[in-house]
Amino acid sequence: MMSWEKPSRCLRASRSKTGQKGLALPPPPRPRQLALLVGLLKAEILPLTLRVRLTRERVRVEKAVKETYLCSLLGKSKEAEIKRINKELANIRSKFKGDKALDGYSKKKYVCKLLFIFLLGHDIDFGHMEAVNLLSSNRYTEKQIGYLFISVLVNSNSELIRLINNAIKNDLASRNPTFMGLALHCIANVGSREMAEAFAGEIPKILVAGDTMDSAKQSAALCLLRLYRTSPHLVPTGDWASRVVHLLNDQHLGVVTAATSLITTLAQKNPDEFKTSVSLAVSRLSRIVTSASTDLQDYTYYFVPAPWLSVKLLRLLQCYPPPEDPAVRGRLTECLETILNKAQEPPKSKKVQHSNAKNAVLFEAISLIIHHDSEPNLLVRACNQLGQFLQHRETNLRYLALESMCTLASSEFSHEAVKTHIETTERDVSVRQRAVDLLYAMCDRSNAQQIVAEMLSYLETADYSIREEIVLKVAILAEKYAVDYTWYVDTILNLIRIAGDYVSEEVWYRVIQIVINRDDVQGYAAKTVFESLQAPACHENLVKVGGYILGEFGNLIAGDPRSSPLVQFNLLHSKFHLCSVPTRALLLSTYIKFVNLFPEVKPTIQDVLRSDSQLRNADAELQQRAVEYLRLSTVASTDILATVLEEMPPFPERESSILAKLKKKKGPGTVMGLEEGKRERGPDVNGGPEPAPASATSTPSPSADLLGLGAVPPAPAGPPPSSGGLLVDVFSDSPSAVAPLAPGSEDNFARFVCKNNGVLFENQLLQIGLKSEFRQNLGRMFIFYGNKTSTHLQTKPVDPTVDGGAQVQQVVNIECVSDFTEAPVLNIQFRYGGTFQNVSVKLPITLNKFFQPTEMASQDFFQRWKQLSSPQQEVQNIFKAKHPMDTEITKAKIIGFGSALLEEVDPNPANFVGAGIIHTRTTQIGCLLRLEPNLQAQMYRLTLRTSKETVSQRLCALLSEQF
Amino acid sequence: MIRFILIQNRAGKTRLAKWYMQFDDDEKQKLIEEVHAVVTVRDAKHTNFVEFRNFKIIYRRYAGLYFCICVDVNDNNLAYLEAIHNFVEVLNEYFHNVCELDLVFNFYKVYTVVDEMFLAGEIRETSQTKAWGPPRSPSLSCPGGRHPAGSGPQGRRLHPTASGPQLRAEATSCVLSNRAVVV
Repeated sequence: MMSWEKPSRCLRASRSKTGQKGLALPPPPRPRQLALLVGLLKAEILPLTLRVRLTRERVRVEKAVKETYLCSLLGKSKEAEIKRINKELANIRSKFKGDKALDGYSKKKYVCKLLFIFLLGHDIDFGHMEAVNLLSSNRYTEKQIGYLFISVLVNSNSELIRLINNAIKNDLASRNPTFMGLALHCIANVGSREMAEAFAGEIPKILVAGDTMDSAKQSAALCLLRLYRTSPHLVPTGDWASRVVHLLNDQHLGVVTAATSLITTLAQKNPDEFKTSVSLAVSRLSRIVTSASTDLQDYTYYFVPAPWLSVKLLRLLQCYPPPEDPAVRGRLTECLETILNKAQEPPKSKKVQHSNAKNAVLFEAISLIIHHDSEPNLLVRACNQLGQFLQHRETNLRYLALESMCTLASSEFSHEAVKTHIETTERDVSVRQRAVDLLYAMCDRSNAQQIVAEMLSYLETADYSIREEIVLKVAILAEKYAVDYTWYVDTILNLIRIAGDYVSEEVWYRVIQIVINRDDVQGYAAKTVFESLQAPACHENLVKVGGYILGEFGNLIAGDPRSSPLVQFNLLHSKFHLCSVPTRALLLSTYIKFVNLFPEVKPTIQDVLRSDSQLRNADAELQQRAVEYLRLSTVASTDILATVLEEMPPFPERESSILAKLKKKKGPGTVMGLEEGKRERGPDVNGGPEPAPASATSTPSPSADLLGLGAVPPAPAGPPPSSGGLLVDVFSDSPSAVAPLAPGSEDNFARFVCKNNGVLFENQLLQIGLKSEFRQNLGRMFIFYGNKTSTHLQTKPVDPTVDGGAQVQQVVNIECVSDFTEAPVLNIQFRYGGTFQNVSVKLPITLNKFFQPTEMASQDFFQRWKQLSSPQQEVQNIFKAKHPMDTEITKAKIIGFGSALLEEVDPNPANFVGAGIIHTRTTQIGCLLRLEPNLQAQMYRLTLRTSKETVSQRLCALLSEQF
Repeated sequence: MIRFILIQNRAGKTRLAKWYMQFDDDEKQKLIEEVHAVVTVRDAKHTNFVEFRNFKIIYRRYAGLYFCICVDVNDNNLAYLEAIHNFVEVLNEYFHNVCELDLVFNFYKVYTVVDEMFLAGEIRETSQTKAWGPPRSPSLSCPGGRHPAGSGPQGRRLHPTASGPQLRAEATSCVLSNRAVVV
């Protein structure tokens, strides 16, 4: 076997020969004999036996080449492979660095080896220059390897990009279709901004030029598409647009295939400019659909004429409404009918390829019919066709039929047929999932009860992976189509019984909300949960719902001796010990409610609360509840008890949190899931438009929080019907009225940097006071709205009214997600004397609020100080003192700023030194600061060192303002 | 549009990866692993489509190789399924009974064929004769019998011309045979 490093002369000659084929270039010197043979071969005058022998020879040589070049790289073990590859890399490196200039062939060989090594999964960090050199070669194979290397290992090295672009430019101008193809493919594969800038002007010209080869046109169309996708602004649709549309008429179906993709994408963005494509697409489609299966030669695939092109044309038509021109419209309807007819014809081949290709077109045609939604006749036929597919033996077709039916979402289909598919006979769970989707989509008032019942019965045997989704869907349908709320309660209780583990909090919160808001169902709910709880084993979620509902409405069924207060209590308490801590806490609240509802069970309950297992429970929450409830039940009078333990007020109507959850689960539609992670990290305040990294969640009232609904956006606050008074709408999410920052608020803002309480804003009508506390990355801010006028103040949803001269309080929970500079803005809108008043104030939430002081000794401090010595970590500011330079006040300010004040650390006692940690949700950033006053010059020098540049800058800016 | 094309063997070795949108290297590696995990667990009775993140994967198995195309959710499943088959038929013509080793050693030719058939995330050419393109001389494109007979599992022909049920039968037999995959 020949060695890798030194291919024999004969071998080399043979390689260049094969690389040379097909190109009319002067052959390199090679043994005369071989050249002669090749000449004879080409001329086909070589005797057959010789040709065979020659071919055998070539095969042998090729095999040897392959084995020597590549196989030897694949070691038996991973270690051996790595060792072999490292050796080879060293060899290639030395070849590239060597004094002897490499000829094109060797360069290609080594670059190709590098590529191979890269594709095996090893890193390659050199060879780019050699690859770029190959681009200017005149041999196809050398150029090809060069371009492949560039496409696979793109490097945004600016120097190289320039060279690459140059080579591409030359190839585009060469008029050699092969070279042009390589260059265009490279642009389409890399598709970088730089390439878009360099070639966005050139490619449309190639595309529409009359003398461009067909294959180059195909590539140019898609190349342009790629550049348009990367940088749409660099590819303005120019006068070439109309000529591109006419490519739909091109003789070459490959050109039409490529152009259709380009036109479809462009038409989505600027439908008007490409409107003419509709009639052209229809006529092209019509010609394809009506052609005999042999007419299109190469483009017929298993007896189906140009299936992919048909699909693309049908997709293009989906960018537009039904054509207005009756002639075009008629022709299109004819096409669609033909496609539907063909589905009924006996297949021309038994091969699955034939039916797949045919059905690809059929499904796309059905999509178009559904999209147009204008021809009832076609719609009915589409429905019937899909119905047929439901019975098909191909799993793919059943799946796709269900999927298409979902978009049609009509109750026309017999859901009996659909139902059979969610049953376990269907092996592929994704098909069953589609069937459930479809049932959900076709549910309406008339069939809701039946469909929900079917989904519930399916749930008992459903695949674990789709149970949660079914639960959510059942819960939503039951709520949406509930005429009779007893049915709703039954359904949800059934849901908990069947699939308790998959019933999320949102679902049982929701049932409680609904029961509390509707008095007609309360008695029934109490009775039903009581009955359900009697089952020997019931799910914890049922205990939660039961506990809550009986605590509120147990009195409604207490008249029946079978559900007397004591029976109710004993029933609940029998479940108590099997439950988790949160459920037990909830049950304790139920008990204290019982004390209020049924005075006769008070002693029993007190005994339970008094027992060691409650009063001395290891869990702080349970212990606290037991102690407090016990005390409450002993000291409070009946009146007080009745007030404290009053029935829950109705919940504000809001979007179902279950729906929100389903939407979340489904993901944001077609948006790229791959970027989800990135998006989540983005700053967001209440979904509002103001980007600030501290997320604030308003909690309208502590009672609602019991149900954990605090995170749900508050009810939309439109202008309220009442007038004449003031209205504070502090929770509005709508960005519509963002007033400019109130005057003076900036000054106030600065004052809050070192303190947490005070008056944030004041005018003749309104005073806003603040009280806040911070701990690590979390904070809570109490905002007080003071009504300075004597008129009535209405607020929503904080509390209905605020009397003249009175205050209302709002709590904002804050979390520092990452470091930030801009503070969130609070928009307040209220009506005074018939006119709306807008006030915007910056909430004084600054980065230093999330400071935790750290005490450390002098030695530690300077050691850390030295560690943070890189220039990005340090920020220094020298500034003139704005206030008198009093040592005590300065100390207080540094402590108020949040850092620890470290005494006796700095050798100069006049200097101040501080240390602390900034907490964000994900990271902790250590901060050191040093303030050096210069009394004579009335100047300060402030130095901050933290592990993060932006933090250093922000803290320095904040603190500098304070002196 | 096509987001990426992957050819993997049963062991998860990537034989071809073509990306039509920007991913960084770590992301690519993650996608490759996820696709392998999603596709290999499915059996022959399942659909050829899998939901994948916010896309879907259309895949087809030929002997020990999975050909996967990741496309947008509203793209036409069957059209891409047949595009895979069309591609494999072209490879089969090109390599004269293609096998996994062909894809390994002639990777540059495979990339060329892919570029002829798919470009910028769209189907470029569907005609089989045109797809193996002008530049390759006949002597380069279909030399027969280059592979010694019985060259292990990789030497297994993909037989793309076989019809569906037969393909599936063969695929199953491959799953059953527990031969280790070298390379």
